[in-house]
Amino acid sequence: MSGTSLVTARERALAVLGGEPDDATLRRYLHGIAGVDAVGLEQRAAALGTRSIKTSSKKWALDKIISLIDLTTLEGADTPGKVRSLVAKAVNPDPADATTPRVAAVCVYGDMVPFAVDALGGAHGDPDDGRISVAAVATAFPSGRASLEIKLADTVEAVAAGADEIDMVIDRGAFLAGRYGLVFDQIAAVKEACRRPDGTSASLKVILETGELVTYDNVRRASWLSILAGGDFIKTSTGKVQPAATLPVTLLMLEVVRDWHLATGQRIGVKPAGGIRASKDAIKYLVTVAETVGEEWLQPHLFRFGASSLLNDVLLQRQKMTTGHYSGPDYVTID
Amino acid sequence: MSFLEYAPAPESRAILSLRDSYGLFIDGEFVDGHGTPFQTSSPATEERIATIANANAADVDIAVAAARRAYDRTWSRMSGRDRGKYLFRIARLVQERARELAVAESLDNGKPIKESRDVDVPLVAAWFFYYAGWADKLDHAGLGANPRSLGVAAQVIPWNFPLLMLSWKIAPALAAGNTVVLKPAETTPLTALLFAEILQQADLPPGVVNIITGAGDTGAALVAHEGVDKVAFTGSTAVGRAIAKQVAGTQKKVTLELGGKAANIVFDDAPIDQAIEGIVNGIFFNQGHVCCAGSRLLVQESIHDEVVERLKSRLSTLRLGDPLDKNTDIGAINSAEQLERINELSDAGVDEGAERWSAPCEIPENGFWYAPTIFTNVQTSNRIAREEIFGPVLSVLTFRTPAEAIAKANNTPYGLSAGIWTDKGSRILAVADQLRAGVVWANTFNRFDPSSPFGGYKESGYGREGGRHGLAAYLAPSSAVSAGRAGAQRRLETGESTSAEPDTAAERPARPTRTRTTRAAKKGAAK
Amino acid sequence: MSRLAVPKTYKLYIGGAFPRSESGRTYEVVSASGAFLANAAKASRKDARDAVVAARGAVAGWAGATAYNRGQVLYRIAELLEGRRAQFVAEIEDAEGATRAQASAQVDEAIDRWVWYAGWADKFAQVAGNANPVAGPYFNISVPEPTGVVAIVAPQDSSLVGLVSAVAPALVAGNAVVVVASERFPLSAISLAEVLATSDVPKGVVNVLTGSPAEIAPWLASHADVNALDLVGAGELDWVDLEFAAADTLKRVLRPEQGPDAAAPTLDRITAFTETKTVWHTKSLK
Repeated sequence: MSGTSLVTARERALAVLGGEPDDATLRRYLHGIAGVDAVGLEQRAAALGTRSIKTSSKKWALDKIISLIDLTTLEGADTPGKVRSLVAKAVNPDPADATTPRVAAVCVYGDMVPFAVDALGGAHGDPDDGRISVAAVATAFPSGRASLEIKLADTVEAVAAGADEIDMVIDRGAFLAGRYGLVFDQIAAVKEACRRPDGTSASLKVILETGELVTYDNVRRASWLSILAGGDFIKTSTGKVQPAATLPVTLLMLEVVRDWHLATGQRIGVKPAGGIRASKDAIKYLVTVAETVGEEWLQPHLFRFGASSLLNDVLLQRQKMTTGHYSGPDYVTID
Repeated sequence: MSFLEYAPAPESRAILSLRDSYGLFIDGEFVDGHGTPFQTSSPATEERIATIANANAADVDIAVAAARRAYDRTWSRMSGRDRGKYLFRIARLVQERARELAVAESLDNGKPIKESRDVDVPLVAAWFFYYAGWADKLDHAGLGANPRSLGVAAQVIPWNFPLLMLSWKIAPALAAGNTVVLKPAETTPLTALLFAEILQQADLPPGVVNIITGAGDTGAALVAHEGVDKVAFTGSTAVGRAIAKQVAGTQKKVTLELGGKAANIVFDDAPIDQAIEGIVNGIFFNQGHVCCAGSRLLVQESIHDEVVERLKSRLSTLRLGDPLDKNTDIGAINSAEQLERINELSDAGVDEGAERWSAPCEIPENGFWYAPTIFTNVQTSNRIAREEIFGPVLSVLTFRTPAEAIAKANNTPYGLSAGIWTDKGSRILAVADQLRAGVVWANTFNRFDPSSPFGGYKESGYGREGGRHGLAAYLAPSSAVSAGRAGAQRRLETGESTSAEPDTAAERPARPTRTRTTRAAKKGAAK
Repeated sequence: MSRLAVPKTYKLYIGGAFPRSESGRTYEVVSASGAFLANAAKASRKDARDAVVAARGAVAGWAGATAYNRGQVLYRIAELLEGRRAQFVAEIEDAEGATRAQASAQVDEAIDRWVWYAGWADKFAQVAGNANPVAGPYFNISVPEPTGVVAIVAPQDSSLVGLVSAVAPALVAGNAVVVVASERFPLSAISLAEVLATSDVPKGVVNVLTGSPAEIAPWLASHADVNALDLVGAGELDWVDLEFAAADTLKRVLRPEQGPDAAAPTLDRITAFTETKTVWHTKSLK
């Protein structure tokens, strides 16, 4: 499965915008979208968070969460050894229970992609086939403060090294300065850079860094902008800025994805990343997805959790459900 | 499997320890009633919950006398500080027994547990906390120094928010120094009786609050009782009108919180996703059994189709069923009679040419249920656009300009509440200014708070509940002779009996406290 | 040599005009000593109906005027009353058989009450309204707004001060008024209407009916387009019937008051004909 669509981002944007995707046209379009009332959005998210998930639904949900995780390490201290450990965990999350599903992907810095690919070996592939993808953050992650050339080189290198998915960051400075055309062009260019020589393409996740966009109106506009420019996924955060993923922000992005689907028939993915550590919270996200865009979105090509510590909490809950008693941290592995 | 078919997550009924039968709560004790007891049952299953005593006119006499004694001997003499402490105690006890009260409320009323647990009961505690603090600050209630309590308050409450309406009535009455005889609705007496147990735990002096159960005739006898100085009623406009007639010519102070047909106005620049949620919350909260429900959706014509489509899609995710299930969004209709009324008006909507759409949901075999329903192509003259349905039924109408929206919104004898959805601040304020409604929610709906006055214009009633205004409704300026004292004085002078004939609210009331009764009664009878 | 006086024709005051009663009826107004003073118009139910229509038409403009403007307009009435003080004193002397001093005191009190109420126009909302500290992210404010059309049975035992005491407070918030004057002392009410007609009070804001309160008041009490009923001067009528009729449309009702303190100036008389409107709005930086 590739993220390539038959029409280019520019053609699609022209059709939707009715003009060149420059600052002025994009501004007219993005500012013409209905606003967001923050209080109402947060209340809706809180209400979704009160759904009570029991027994069989919960068991299903825990396995689903694991299968949607991008198991992540994004540290300056990352080493090949650390990445191999992460991959081992991704392939076999709970050594004590072989029925435990695999995660969807591992997410690493671009220079770590070869080690991840190597460690995965035959397990590398499409999560739909029970395999694990490699996602690489790129484009001068996490700040995005570099020239376009460097961002593109970053992307090309990761794709060439075997990355299946590129998690790019948008230029938040440009966005906040109203340079929507610039942000569009960069996303579109990175999208092109995701293309492989064989014509297939790595899937592109566009990180909005919602903690820096601050307002929900900005998040909604940035979501539309990213989709217009060709993003296959929109992703909340780098994990390096607080607040990272929140339920209201994710709900809002899901609403954009829902509306885009209604308008174009195209399905875009959503990835909340950073700060989701507890199974209980992850289940709230599943509920939010199911009740906003529908359960069909609960699959790796349309929804991901960007997380590191979440997996172990899910495993603890899973063990509780299997054994009937509470488990402890010594019974799950550290990676 | 479908993830959305969450496994049942019922709240445990084990938390309840209900009695098999409940008496009237008079003078601090549960006593037998003299009427024929009745049963309260769960509208979700039609199963009996408990047998409830029925207060007749004699019981009303006893309860009012108890309240009068408590007023004269205890409550009116107690310091505001101590009255406040009792109310604080009650608030804490409500919090301590919150889950139990929520379960009982959902069981007896049929409302979803998530509402009774997250809205009703927390607000009940908040109401007592708020008014507790007022008890020793009455000089600041807006009536000048040393305002006086009124005496005995007769309070009759509806079945849609049984315990919450009780708190709206009792908390300000007690803070102001009045004593109370309260009658809960016939179909939802349970939480009021649990509340009576809380009063016992709080060691509230006997007679300060008396709770008498029964049907409409019990309420009518209470309201008509001569020993009563204040009448507070929440319910239908028809009964409110009868009460207003009943108290005509007396010195009773009255607060009426009656029906509504609120317009929820959605402009084309509204924050659309939140507006959809607000529309849903506005009419489907508590199965639409809400006097301030946003039952008339006025949507700008340019976005009508989009809004209706989004609404339908959102309504399809609502979960109707067991009120005690934590995932239930739409509970049971409170009674067979109410369901009948919803059906009747809904059918009238179809007959008048409106298009009915109901959310696809499975209706349980037993109990009373109505699927969330939207009517489009509704004309302003249709019954479903004018009459209060008091159920999960939304009528969608359109407008073109702000002035037209305001005109249509105000085109009703009611005036309780309204909603406005737009991103434009100046328009919100200007539209809010011109809406003839007591509560206006802008970019939100159905929010309640003890500090926020609530009540209607026009036929939605008069007086306010909540806030300083709600307190003032139970006070008189110090210069005025207390109505309670004056009432007693008049009775001495005229030698009239203090016992009223039992009387239904719909009937023409006697006018015992009026001196020029002969001519008035004669002329009135010909009306 | 004495000049032959030119007597005034006293008519009704409806919608800013001075019509005769549509019924063509008048009644004889006599002095305290029984001498003929004038033929006052005897308003009919149709005059009452017309007055309600005029009042309803005036509500939006008057309620929509700024509070500062309403205060100035009301104060202007006091100025004009002061200018015609002698006329009112003479009228009251004739009608009530009062001494010059008593009549003067009544006129002075009436003028001073106008001034007092005029000053409330841009203040009562601050005193009767509230910012409410609700437990949530909301701006929440309660403001008193005019109830709409107020029908008043004026105190029957005085020419001017009772009338002013009932009419002025209802006007402060922006209501429009239909007032039934004292049956026995109606002439000052029409003279007051002449003041109103030459002041800046928009037409229809005050409508004055003379005649039999017992005949007219029931039509006002039962009128579905009347929002409130002030029975301050209805103590001698079958006022219970009026309150009873008012209940059909849930009108706000003030019951009769008797004695020297009847309709004494209070803030309560202003707020009695207001509706508290509470507006909620979400607030957020996001």
